Amino acid sequence: MATHTEQLTTEAAPTVRLRGLTRSFDGRTVLDHVDLDLPAGQLTALLGHSGSGKSTLLRAIAGLDHEVVGSGGLSAPDRVSVVFQDSRLLPWRRVLDNVLLGADGKEAAERGRAALAEVGLAGRERAWPNELSGGEAQRAALARSLVREPELLLADEPFGALDALTRIRMHGLLRELWERHRPSVLLVTHDVDEAIVLADRVLVLDQGRIGLDLAIDRPHPRSYRDPLLGEYRERLLAALGVTEDHTEDHTEDHTDDKNDKDQEVHQ
Amino acid sequence: MTTTTTTTTTSTSTSTSTSTTATVVAGSAGAVEALDGAEGSLAARRTRRRRGLAPGKRLPASRLTGPALVVVVWAVASAAGQLDPGAIPAPWTVLRTSGQLWSDGTLPTDILTSLQRAGSGFALGLTAGVALALTAGLSRIGEALIDGTVQLNRAIPTLGLIPLFILWLGIGETFKIAIIAIVVYIPIYLNLYSALSGIDHRFVELAEVQGLSKLRFIREIVIPGALPGFFVGLRLGVTGSWLGLVVLEQINATSGLGYMMFQAQNYGRTDVILVGLLIYGIFGLVSDSAVRLIERRVLSWRRTLNS
Ligand SMILES: Nc1ncnc2c1ncn2[C@@H]1O[C@H](COP(=O)(O)OP(=O)(O)OP(=O)(O)O)[C@@H](O)[C@H]1O
Ligand SMILES: [Mg+2]
Repeated sequence: MATHTEQLTTEAAPTVRLRGLTRSFDGRTVLDHVDLDLPAGQLTALLGHSGSGKSTLLRAIAGLDHEVVGSGGLSAPDRVSVVFQDSRLLPWRRVLDNVLLGADGKEAAERGRAALAEVGLAGRERAWPNELSGGEAQRAALARSLVREPELLLADEPFGALDALTRIRMHGLLRELWERHRPSVLLVTHDVDEAIVLADRVLVLDQGRIGLDLAIDRPHPRSYRDPLLGEYRERLLAALGVTEDHTEDHTEDHTDDKNDKDQEVHQ
Repeated sequence: MTTTTTTTTTSTSTSTSTSTTATVVAGSAGAVEALDGAEGSLAARRTRRRRGLAPGKRLPASRLTGPALVVVVWAVASAAGQLDPGAIPAPWTVLRTSGQLWSDGTLPTDILTSLQRAGSGFALGLTAGVALALTAGLSRIGEALIDGTVQLNRAIPTLGLIPLFILWLGIGETFKIAIIAIVVYIPIYLNLYSALSGIDHRFVELAEVQGLSKLRFIREIVIPGALPGFFVGLRLGVTGSWLGLVVLEQINATSGLGYMMFQAQNYGRTDVILVGLLIYGIFGLVSDSAVRLIERRVLSWRRTLNS
């Protein structure tokens, strides 16, 4: 279904548009003139080394960074949801009330229940967050982000704290929810396989810029063992400076990939 | 508990040479070591459970066990004639005295006066503490105006203000209530303010993401998040109100329980003094339990962590 990414991007107006986004902390530049378009309804993954600025970029798009300076513009929709690495449920509110945080109106409660049902938490509306397992709490957080019917869903390593089995199930859930609601998604992750299996497009943030922008044209649902995905994995790992059996200076690999035109879209 | 029981069972059934007393004293770790050579050591290891670090289940009415024991020792010692009745009268003497004081009408009046004092002082202190903490905790201007001032006030021992307050307000009720209010407001302010200003930054971020208005942010996140801190202050405040009361009534008694005890001291009536102390104690215990009860109700979401 998402095999025509390139056509989509050229036609529809992007949900997020960044031009020359720059952010530095105490004179250390973390984001260096980042240009990025996120088309409507695309599921994009953002990879990068620890400390490469993924969270910083996400916070800037979410409007959480009040000190971001950019030479260019930053346009993002009003209806933005964020899923954090921790579920960030308020311990003093029951699960349903947590899901409804910030939601107004009479039908809000209905939407909240529906969202909980969608993430498989029907019947747990009156539970306290303390009573949920890590995976359940993260699903509740996902439900909370859905209630707002976001145009843009930003997720900062949402599955980072979960065990491998739960993570795989959450991947299925995220993909399913995305197919039903079709928000633009920017998913920050450490996990190359997670990015490949879930996303239609993978970005690698490196040296303050988008170092690699890779479209993944494989049908869903994808298997982790799909040999054709191995090629993408190698390219991404190379861009991250990791090869199959040894680590080396990633700057060389990275420049190689940058000049590799046919896989590079949107630029 | 479970640990010891399990291990003991295993040891008695597998190795008769290990004496039961030794096993019980040694607890789980020692018992397993002692069994190492025996054939049953593997089974013992398998059934052995990790020693629980939590103190375990509460004994029923555990809070009353200690005081009850004290009363029992007191009664036994009195009955055995071990205590000088002039210094420490027997429990039944104290009971009889309180009955007399109650029926002649002096005790109810004194209790009422003391309760009124402590109650008004506490209410005033609570109101002031909460109002100041909310102002300082929720606005930067309020913080600049209030916090430093309260910290200064806190540095002055409140009871040291008594002479000054007597000169200002006279030796009547007003100064007593004012002193109690100060003793109460300080812990309430300090705890509530630090809870309000120490709000988890992650929740601030969440509120921004969810598009909460400032008002809803305060109502739905800041205040509920600060409630545990508030209750810490509240309990200190309640204790403080009794402390202030006792000190004021002992030093400047003109009526109330403290006055009663002051008079009793002049006539050498230790039984009356004990009646006064007992009532102070009951006041403290009851009010503290009441706050605890409210706290448990209001912070019911924390039960899952504490139970
Ligand atoms: N508030 C801040 N003050 C100072 N430096 C900061 C701040 N926030 C981020 N940084 C720095 O910016 C850099 C990028 O941080 P960021 O959190 O965006 O990394 P990341 O790619 O999300 O890393 P990770 O994968 O470990 O989460 C880091 O070097 C970090 O130290
Ligand atoms: Mg991060």
